[in-house]
Amino acid sequence: METLAFQGVVGLSMAMYLWLISAGLTIIFGVLGVINFAHGSLFMLGAYLAFTFYGLLGWNFWLAILLSLAGTAVVGWVMERFFLRYLYGVDEAYQLLLTFGFVLIMDDAVKMIWGGVFRIPDIPTFLEGHWPVFGRPFPVYNAFIIAAGIVVGIVLWLGFERTWWGRTVRATASDREMANAIGVNVPRVFSGVFMLGAMLAALGGALGTPVRVVSPGLGAAMIIQAFVITVIGGLGNLKGAFVGSLIVGVLSAYGTLLFPVFELALIYLIMAVVLLVRPQGLFAR
Amino acid sequence: MDVGPVASAGRPRILTPGRSAIGGLILALLLLPLVGGQYAQYVAIQVLILSLFALGFNILFGYTGLLSFGQAGFYAVGAYGCAKLLLLKPSLLFGVIGGTLLAGAAALVLGVLCIRHTRIYFSMLTLAFGMMIFSMALKWRDFTGGDDGLVGIPRAPLEIPGLVSVSMASMGRYYYFVLVVSLLAIGIAYRLVHSPLGLTFQGILDSEGRMAFTGVSVRAYRLIAFVIAGLYAGLAGALLPALENTVTPPVAHWTTSADPVLATLLGGIQAFAGPIVGAFLFFMIKDIIVRFTEYWLIWLGIIVVVLVMGFRGGVVSLATARWRALRPGREGT
Repeated sequence: METLAFQGVVGLSMAMYLWLISAGLTIIFGVLGVINFAHGSLFMLGAYLAFTFYGLLGWNFWLAILLSLAGTAVVGWVMERFFLRYLYGVDEAYQLLLTFGFVLIMDDAVKMIWGGVFRIPDIPTFLEGHWPVFGRPFPVYNAFIIAAGIVVGIVLWLGFERTWWGRTVRATASDREMANAIGVNVPRVFSGVFMLGAMLAALGGALGTPVRVVSPGLGAAMIIQAFVITVIGGLGNLKGAFVGSLIVGVLSAYGTLLFPVFELALIYLIMAVVLLVRPQGLFAR
Repeated sequence: MDVGPVASAGRPRILTPGRSAIGGLILALLLLPLVGGQYAQYVAIQVLILSLFALGFNILFGYTGLLSFGQAGFYAVGAYGCAKLLLLKPSLLFGVIGGTLLAGAAALVLGVLCIRHTRIYFSMLTLAFGMMIFSMALKWRDFTGGDDGLVGIPRAPLEIPGLVSVSMASMGRYYYFVLVVSLLAIGIAYRLVHSPLGLTFQGILDSEGRMAFTGVSVRAYRLIAFVIAGLYAGLAGALLPALENTVTPPVAHWTTSADPVLATLLGGIQAFAGPIVGAFLFFMIKDIIVRFTEYWLIWLGIIVVVLVMGFRGGVVSLATARWRALRPGREGT
């Protein structure tokens, strides 16, 4: 019983990485209507940048995270401003293909710059140690990840619902032309949203640096998980992405414990069933 | 003044430039083992396999407008199916035909579900099913060998009971087998695309609503296209085990699904020959770039980005446009 409860908490911390990456993917799809295959690669880039500043150069943990967000945002801006922007008018298949081209470029660029797999850097001292949870030691760092995920969720919710900027973005998402007509600078909103999405992906990658191996295959693995989540929650639905992350995170934590053979297939089965039965997602209004 | 009809009315031209080019190409492919070594044959087989894979994908994407990101699933069913059958009974035709049919059956079952959607939802659904097949290849150890895959698959002889039995031990012989199978499959695809069936596919792509008004069951035709794509992916996969003697889970991964997509994009989506030309270019680019650097994917990525940004018709439509521009127009002279 305790094992089950503990595994639930482990799943919760897993869910938060997934939430950060799928939040960015969801926002970009919701506003721009683009499925960004390169989103996993942005996650990976964030991880590599944070690793470089924190693990290799030994800079301050928070500074490393900030710099990795900034670096990834710049890459995201270039992708949107100079490439994606010219493809909003054509078939969406080409947008998919373009972002896939970026996957190939970024995966190999990361290999060229950083080489293969790295050792994991130490956890910052103030986040070291364990807390007893259900009679077992639970890493403080995992609790920190859970807190970070919740904080990001609240900030995003407040930002979209309660600020002028958030209203502008929502207006653009629901009707581009009308937003344009009332004086919203739509291209600038698109760039901003894409950069925000890229930064969320980078945050997920950066926070994972001290606990998970950073390797060139990371992007391809993460993007598929993020797709599963955004589909379960409904494409473009932020609240759905949060609940979807919880489902997938907790389910894979229990899955590895209870039925390791079919855990992986089960997640894709859920994705397919949701697409067939409720393509708008489980949490659509 | 238009003199075109008069000029061509004399006698039917059997040897058009297009036909002689295809004839020359087939001749070159037949002669390849005489000039090229083991490696050239090996690469040529891979080009042919990717051609078939991409050709099927393009019947779904280019002619019917459905972008599948799960074709690797059917490719893997063909590969694993053929491998299993070859381990059971070492007969090449048995394995290849069996693997292809298994992939077709999988495409029929999953297709019924997938064609309920179009556009992004279709792409996501095919991705989900493709990755489900990948997870099974990876985790169902008893049947698929898990991580290690299936090993020690024989390159079985080509047997037709009571008729012939040809050993396939040498690379050259297997090359000829793959070449003949590929030419047959490409010929069949060409007939299909230029038949009423192919025109119906294009009609659905151009105007789904109007095709439905004329009494065409759009869903049924989408399913047919899906099964054809699955059969071609399965055939491509089924040619793999005898070449490599092993089948491993990465053949089913979604990144493998991207190969036919890239080949088709390189060659051209709107042209029949696009995927074939693209498959050739795909391996040429790889072969040339890996001589200079191991990071060839970054260059492929850059080429993809350039193609998507500027040349969405691909190389074939670029070449035909050039050709038409160079040739003096009939009305001009």
